[in-house]
Amino acid sequence: MTAPDAAGAADAGSGIAERRLHPVTPLRRAWAPVAVVIGWAVHDPDGAQRNLNRLGTTTLLIGLAVILPAAALYGFCSWWFTHFAVTETELRIRTGLVFRRTAHIRLERIQAVDVTQPLLARVAGVAKLKLDVIGTDKKDELAFLGADEARALRAELLARAAGFAPETAHEVGEAPSRQMLRVPPGVLAVSLLLSGATWGSLAAALVVPPLLWLATESVWTVLAVALPLLGAAGASSVGRFVSEYDWTVAESPDGLRIDHGLLDRAHETVPPGRVQTVRIVEPLLWRRRGWVRVELDVAGSSNSVLVPVAPREIAEVVVARVLPGVTVPEQAALSPSPRRARWCVPVWWRGYGLAVTDAVFAARSGLLRRSLALVPHAKVQSVRMTQGPWERARSVADVCVDTGANKTVRARLRDATEARALLAAQAERSRTGRRDARPDRWMA
Amino acid sequence: METGSPQDTGPAGTEGAAGTQSATGAEGAAETVGGTAEADGGTAEAAEDGPVWIALPPGLLKMRRLLLVVWLGLISLAAGLVPGLLAGPAWAAFALPPLALMGWGWVMTGRNWRSWRYAERADDLLISRGVLWREETVVPYGRMQLVEVTSGPVERHFGLASVQLHTAAAATDATIPGLDPAEAERLRDRLTELGEARSAGL
Repeated sequence: MTAPDAAGAADAGSGIAERRLHPVTPLRRAWAPVAVVIGWAVHDPDGAQRNLNRLGTTTLLIGLAVILPAAALYGFCSWWFTHFAVTETELRIRTGLVFRRTAHIRLERIQAVDVTQPLLARVAGVAKLKLDVIGTDKKDELAFLGADEARALRAELLARAAGFAPETAHEVGEAPSRQMLRVPPGVLAVSLLLSGATWGSLAAALVVPPLLWLATESVWTVLAVALPLLGAAGASSVGRFVSEYDWTVAESPDGLRIDHGLLDRAHETVPPGRVQTVRIVEPLLWRRRGWVRVELDVAGSSNSVLVPVAPREIAEVVVARVLPGVTVPEQAALSPSPRRARWCVPVWWRGYGLAVTDAVFAARSGLLRRSLALVPHAKVQSVRMTQGPWERARSVADVCVDTGANKTVRARLRDATEARALLAAQAERSRTGRRDARPDRWMA
Repeated sequence: METGSPQDTGPAGTEGAAGTQSATGAEGAAETVGGTAEADGGTAEAAEDGPVWIALPPGLLKMRRLLLVVWLGLISLAAGLVPGLLAGPAWAAFALPPLALMGWGWVMTGRNWRSWRYAERADDLLISRGVLWREETVVPYGRMQLVEVTSGPVERHFGLASVQLHTAAAATDATIPGLDPAEAERLRDRLTELGEARSAGL
């Protein structure tokens, strides 16, 4: 596959070179109508047969002769009228034949850059590039670009966002990266076998359909329930294995790089200072092996896994890299809720814990599946204290910290006096924590 | 903390006392110590830093009570008249539940209105509200993305406007309802100005 040349359709006013997407792009939606027809035929085979007979070969051929060129024309037009251009400060995407749409994405606001290659795109040698900025959606991804072109574009966008001089930006190239962690397939497989979601969905898929069969004796009902259940069971076991296969976390001057996937490959880059929250999750069955899962939240991005499974010490090293200057508080350093909180949340109150260090607000929750959420003070958008009537009777209160990734971290059931002091102190820290934060343009 | 406007001291004080009492009943002496510690902490904070709490003007209470009386009055009239005329005078007693609801609502709107207050501090805005479910929000000025002043037709008729602060976190629920339009605009301008001076990204 050849990369498309710069289409030469230079913007008349500014002289910015606009480019088009890869020529295979129109084919990406070609499977949808085919799938609809097949789905309809499978759902109701007799009806499909009858309709086919009634229509006759001539009508069908004429129909195809009309539909195929129309679809091809639509695909061609949507490709022809989609342009993108990289300017000094923005990525501009111009699209639409009838309803024109122009998106200008400011580069210093980049929260993450994802290059993904679904299986078929890998075969065709193309890739999708998506800039995560708050407010962007599916329409703002560049699908598809040639694989090399996507990589070069990502490097250029990151260089411009980092604050390199515009004239050198496209010569900077890929920043060198250093691998921090790679999850071996064996460990990943064992970790999935030890997680409750896998067995729960599998059990549901095996138990519910026979029960339904006993109750209704209708094949269609059983199929309609069993297929989604099997799908869910597959997605939570095999699906997760396939998507988290060969999980690699690397560090580069451009930020964090996460590469993963067996069939669909995904390459994510999170520039420095973009991580809003990190959660260290420890399922019950992983505890004996000392494994944890690390999740992260980046504003405007849908990716949420940082490390699918790793020993706690290694995971803590990765967290310390992701949130500079943060050390994960020890289990013992977390102060538990006061004992009287047991009247508000009977057994699970033991799971709550809180530690506030100079750099981070850390709240733990969960008894069996422990989850420790870390929010750097600089990322706190607002602080709230809430207290229901039942909590007030026990003089405890919840402290909530809102972050820019639309996630709220709650420190539940703190002593009311402590919570009030925490509210004031946290607002102060959130204000001062910003002072030594890195600038948006991290190389500037 | 409860040193703001005179309306605040009443309910907040009594509830605090009630809370301490019930805690004492259940937990014994240890809780009483906790209660006094809380009171001490409260006065200490009020002494050293003392945010100047501003209560809401009475217009909002008037509007809410009027709406309550009008709607529930109509409902109780309908609930009393229709069965009363069709099935006999005794059935007019159906008007009583909405009337009771009106009385309860009258008291509750008053308590809720009294619980709302806000304070502009040097670097952040404090909003405190709620009677049973209390919530206190702190929004640093530097984190504000947008300040919005809204006023619906009914609110406009009563000369009211509400100010809403948005940060990058959608969970931030910082709304001050029922302000005088002039005060709302003053607040908006001041918040915008302070926000610009202390602006910070994500």
